[in-house]
Amino acid sequence: MFLIDCPYCGPREETEFSYGHEAHVHRPAGAAAEKLSDAEWADYLFMRKNPKGVHLERWVHTHGCRRWFNAARNTHSNEILAIYRVGEKPPKGLAQ
Amino acid sequence: MVESYRQQSPLDHLALTTHPARHADDAGLILGQRSFMELINLRGDANRSDFTDAVRHAVKIDLPISANTAAGKLAGPHILWLGPDEWLIVAKPGSGERMATALRNALAGQHAAVTETGQSRTCIMIGGSHARDVLAKGCALDLHPSAFGAGQCAQTLLAKAGVILHLPLAPKGAEPMFEIHVLRSFAAYLWAWLEDAAQEYGLRVDI
Amino acid sequence: MTKQFRLPEGGRIDRERRLGFSFNGRAFRGYAGDTLASALLANGVHLVGRSFKYHRPRGIFSAGSEEPNALVQLERGERTIANLLATRIPLYDGLTATSVNCWPSPEFDLMAVNGLFHRIFPAGFYYKTFMWPVSGWKLYEYFIRRAAGLGRAPEHPDPDTYDKMNTHADVVVVGAGPAGLQAALAAGRAGARVLICDEQTEFGGQLLNERAEIDGLPAFEWVAAAESELAAMPDVRLLKHTTAFGHYDHNFVALIETRAAKISDGEGKTRQRLWRVRAKRVVLATGAIERPLIFSDNDRPGVMLAGAARTYVNRYAVRPGSRAVLFTNNDDAYRTALDLKAAGISVPAVIDVRHAPGGELPAKVMAAGIEVIERSAIVGVEGTRRVKAIEVMKMNDAGSGVTGKPRRIECDLIACSGGWNPVVHLHSHAGGKNVWRDDFGIFVPGPTVQASAAAGAANGSFSLQACLDQGAQAGAEAIKLIGFTPAKASQPRATNDPTEEPWRNLWLIPSTRPTGERGKHFLDQQNDVTAADIELAIREGYRSVEHAKRYTTLGMATDQGKTGNIPGHAILAKALGQDIPATGTTTFRPPYTPVTMGAVAGRMVDQFFDPARRTPMHAWHESAGCKWEDVGQWKRPWYYPKPGESMDDAVSRECLTVRNAVGILDATTLGKIDIQGPDAAEFLNRVYTNAWSKLSPGRCRYGLMLRDDGMIFDDGVTSCLAENHYLMTTTSGGAARVLAWLEEWLQTEWPELKVYLTSVTEQYATLSLAGPNARALLGELTADIDLSPDTFPFMSWRTGTVGGVPARVFRISFTGESAYEINVPASAGAALWTDVMHAGEKHGITPYGTEAMHVLRAEKGFIIAGQETDGSVTPYDLGMDWIVSAKKPDFIGKRSLQRADCMRVDRKQLVGLLPKNPTDLLPEGGQIVKEVLKSPPMPMLGHVTSSYRSATLGRTFALALVKSGRERIGQTVHVPLEDRSIACDIVNPVFYDPDGSRLNG
Repeated sequence: MFLIDCPYCGPREETEFSYGHEAHVHRPAGAAAEKLSDAEWADYLFMRKNPKGVHLERWVHTHGCRRWFNAARNTHSNEILAIYRVGEKPPKGLAQ
Repeated sequence: MVESYRQQSPLDHLALTTHPARHADDAGLILGQRSFMELINLRGDANRSDFTDAVRHAVKIDLPISANTAAGKLAGPHILWLGPDEWLIVAKPGSGERMATALRNALAGQHAAVTETGQSRTCIMIGGSHARDVLAKGCALDLHPSAFGAGQCAQTLLAKAGVILHLPLAPKGAEPMFEIHVLRSFAAYLWAWLEDAAQEYGLRVDI
Repeated sequence: MTKQFRLPEGGRIDRERRLGFSFNGRAFRGYAGDTLASALLANGVHLVGRSFKYHRPRGIFSAGSEEPNALVQLERGERTIANLLATRIPLYDGLTATSVNCWPSPEFDLMAVNGLFHRIFPAGFYYKTFMWPVSGWKLYEYFIRRAAGLGRAPEHPDPDTYDKMNTHADVVVVGAGPAGLQAALAAGRAGARVLICDEQTEFGGQLLNERAEIDGLPAFEWVAAAESELAAMPDVRLLKHTTAFGHYDHNFVALIETRAAKISDGEGKTRQRLWRVRAKRVVLATGAIERPLIFSDNDRPGVMLAGAARTYVNRYAVRPGSRAVLFTNNDDAYRTALDLKAAGISVPAVIDVRHAPGGELPAKVMAAGIEVIERSAIVGVEGTRRVKAIEVMKMNDAGSGVTGKPRRIECDLIACSGGWNPVVHLHSHAGGKNVWRDDFGIFVPGPTVQASAAAGAANGSFSLQACLDQGAQAGAEAIKLIGFTPAKASQPRATNDPTEEPWRNLWLIPSTRPTGERGKHFLDQQNDVTAADIELAIREGYRSVEHAKRYTTLGMATDQGKTGNIPGHAILAKALGQDIPATGTTTFRPPYTPVTMGAVAGRMVDQFFDPARRTPMHAWHESAGCKWEDVGQWKRPWYYPKPGESMDDAVSRECLTVRNAVGILDATTLGKIDIQGPDAAEFLNRVYTNAWSKLSPGRCRYGLMLRDDGMIFDDGVTSCLAENHYLMTTTSGGAARVLAWLEEWLQTEWPELKVYLTSVTEQYATLSLAGPNARALLGELTADIDLSPDTFPFMSWRTGTVGGVPARVFRISFTGESAYEINVPASAGAALWTDVMHAGEKHGITPYGTEAMHVLRAEKGFIIAGQETDGSVTPYDLGMDWIVSAKKPDFIGKRSLQRADCMRVDRKQLVGLLPKNPTDLLPEGGQIVKEVLKSPPMPMLGHVTSSYRSATLGRTFALALVKSGRERIGQTVHVPLEDRSIACDIVNPVFYDPDGSRLNG
């Protein structure tokens, strides 16, 4: 049972949150998307990292402030190494 | 505004005014309901002074900027912090439309949203010496008085219902009671859960 | 009889409170303060059960949570609990218990014949049955089924109440022995919020079992003083009879508290409470568990751990035997020899595997006139149902074999000690590593990512003084790390605390024959795993400890190998020719001791299991006798049967009334999202497939949402309330999901869009009037809304007053009839509903439920997201090309619709199906084939998504997804069922009013 430090509400129990997916996945939009091959588009759509170790991922505080945010979590130890807001870069040393 | 005789609270079917625990003595837990409270959901950018000024002008309260805090005087309306750009204004029945209009006027031209949501919820009151114990049976927040005191609020889960929990300041000598703003569809579930959780402490229903 | 086994004085029992209990049908007496195990021993009962596989007689082996043998079925009937440990059950008056895994009694067990067939029960028996001759299965199955029963589950619902409590603490201290109490005192004195728990009914831990002294006084007195000091601190919570059974991520600790003293006490209070504790720091003062010596026939009743024998004497004033020998590799067992002798038990000898034990304790034992037999081994045990005598032989220097002549010593108790294992379970649960300490031959807690530390015996420090010191230190360290300043206090001194000499770890005690021949060296008494089984597993090629464990089932019983695992792993390591740390241990997993399902469920049962969400009109529906359908958490009226009506009758009547008169539906549950901001229209353009820029105030539009993979996600009508202000509706079940999804896009992908989303689902009660009489009825209820079709056309909305209530009325339709959705403040919904029903009487109104709604919409070919769609369906598949804008630069899913796979012509497409026989009802989910073949495979063309009887059409019909379906219109297909096949024609999916004249009229 994680204790997640919502960047807005503070530490709350995992049950208040929902997991999103990998953070920082660039979504090609509009004309940029049209130019992509099916394979390239499928790469954006379906392919995600699954590391044993630090994973940059999105969470949302579903039963709190409803804000999305990013977390750097060690998928092996479940340590949350950093929490940072949407639009912010991952802290140095944690970028993948 | 709806004529008051036409309004029904989501707990009406429980006939709480005839509840057997209506006048119980030595109760460790007191439950009550405040129906038809006016709620206004407010969205805006707290970093902009034109937004905070407009709210102060319309509601006569400074917008609470600190997480999980509420602002307001004992008897008047309160503003609860819900998120970095979201607040809930809680006011007495009947005052919502006027306040919403005042807010909309004050915020005209700004990117802000004023949405009346009072009909969505009812307010269950919970007090007594074991109020925090009963809440702790279904809520993972740290409810120790040092962590959740008067003037604080939180959106969280209580049992399996999402709630907005608020501990208002109490007048001197009065026992503080938590306000639980719960969506009306969950109200009957939550009331039953609270009654059940209160059993070991003894329940009084104050309606 | 009793007097013989109960000491005349001493112990922590209350001799004023005599308690009666029954075990295996025999009546006994004990005292308050006894456990079931101590009370049985006080009555001379050692034999308490039979082993799992061989049904060997087994006795009480320990005095705590590590007990492998004394499993009992407590009480009978609905309150019964299986597999409880007699060593952990506090005795109460009227207690009833029976042995598990023996029939008809442990003294005379018919299954003991298994022991004679031990050759068919080698390691990996279960796996080998898969490879042995199939004809043998009758035999194997018989044995497996008989052998697999440990206790019986209750057959009726548990009448007792269980609950949960969340709490937070600065410091959680697990274990209230000397180290734990010291840690709690250190933290509590500094003003920290402390929770200290212990699985026993009293605080004190090992001190309860000892004749130890602290500061010159009996240790109990120090325990009592520490406990009252803690109890007086306002922010310290003391939980007795509470086991910390799991330590999880981010310092979450789960505790199980037993609150009802006896099982039948359930009424009025909770029997057990599961505490969910979040700790800033955890101090694990969980102590240590004594491990046995693995000698031949070490499982006979009368063989007991040395510490347990001492516990029964000191704490319960019970003589576990009349003539005891000690068998040890360490000094601590000498304490037992002294305590037993002091209690009047004859102690002929201490057999020590070490050479010339010369510590303080052995010296005292020798001084007390007890013979110490050094460098020797027990090589045989006489007695099956109770130890009668042992044979002792000298060992060679290496301890690998025995020499000389066996010596016979008569005894009825063998108290053995192979050292102590720190209880590292909780440390390991949360991902902590364990480190091997070669000096003791133990694993101690190593690095962990949790904010926790171990102290005392749990940390491999076994002397009382070390426990006291480490506990205080761990408590002080814990609070310093979270910002408290330790208070100064004088520290207790263990007095009369002899120093001890090193252990000698001899994992497998040699005997006169090879391992496994005649005598058995048991490692895991509960699962009947012997040293020979481990050696066999190695010979059969198992190398990893995890594999060997599963193959032999070592440590996989309810005790999780608390006593025998380390010796087992040591034997495994030796057989593999490597050291123990290289071999490793298996992973400890929660729970530390078994936890009842009742406690895991807590109060989340019955009506609390999942909230039933009620609409404002719920009470009306209930009084109208509706049947309910669960839609997400909502309760929605499914249909309203009149007396004598079947479901089909009621649904047909409701459908026809809507088609011919007017019906009313409670549509409150539809999700409603208020959308405001200058970029609201642009936002809608991006989340819906169609264009929204030109929707003007007063107008509504249907929209389809895709996921970015192009598959349909949700649908609904969105209305323009004002410039930059919209009201979106979603499916009832999808409301929360859609809002979260929209927020995700808004917050993470398009933060530049100025849009605010607010859920208003519950702000409004929604009454949907549908049917040719809807307009006339509504006209009677409103004076200020012009309902003429020209001023209030289909797909628009107006505000006004309906039945005296301020309302927003939407002219939208899901039934294909002229329809009005009336949104009013939720608190007025019930009153308005009643008014509409009154006013509607003369218009022939009926309430209709979700079933009729589903039939009516299907007749029109309207889809339900989640019924016609399943996450693999595009708008094109549904023939909804018209709703996909080609002009918009982007919307969610746009690029994916151009993927080759989404353009395939043989994708499944939405079609209608008409069974050839108009009374045949296709099952939803039925598979569709071109022709019915005699045997599979039959190429599958698609499946039925919706299927109903239509009163309007006078026949059955269905919607289906069929490969290249639109091309197949006019063809016949088949739906093969278990006993027959239904032939159907593929038709256009709009069955009713295809030109929409009724909708617009």
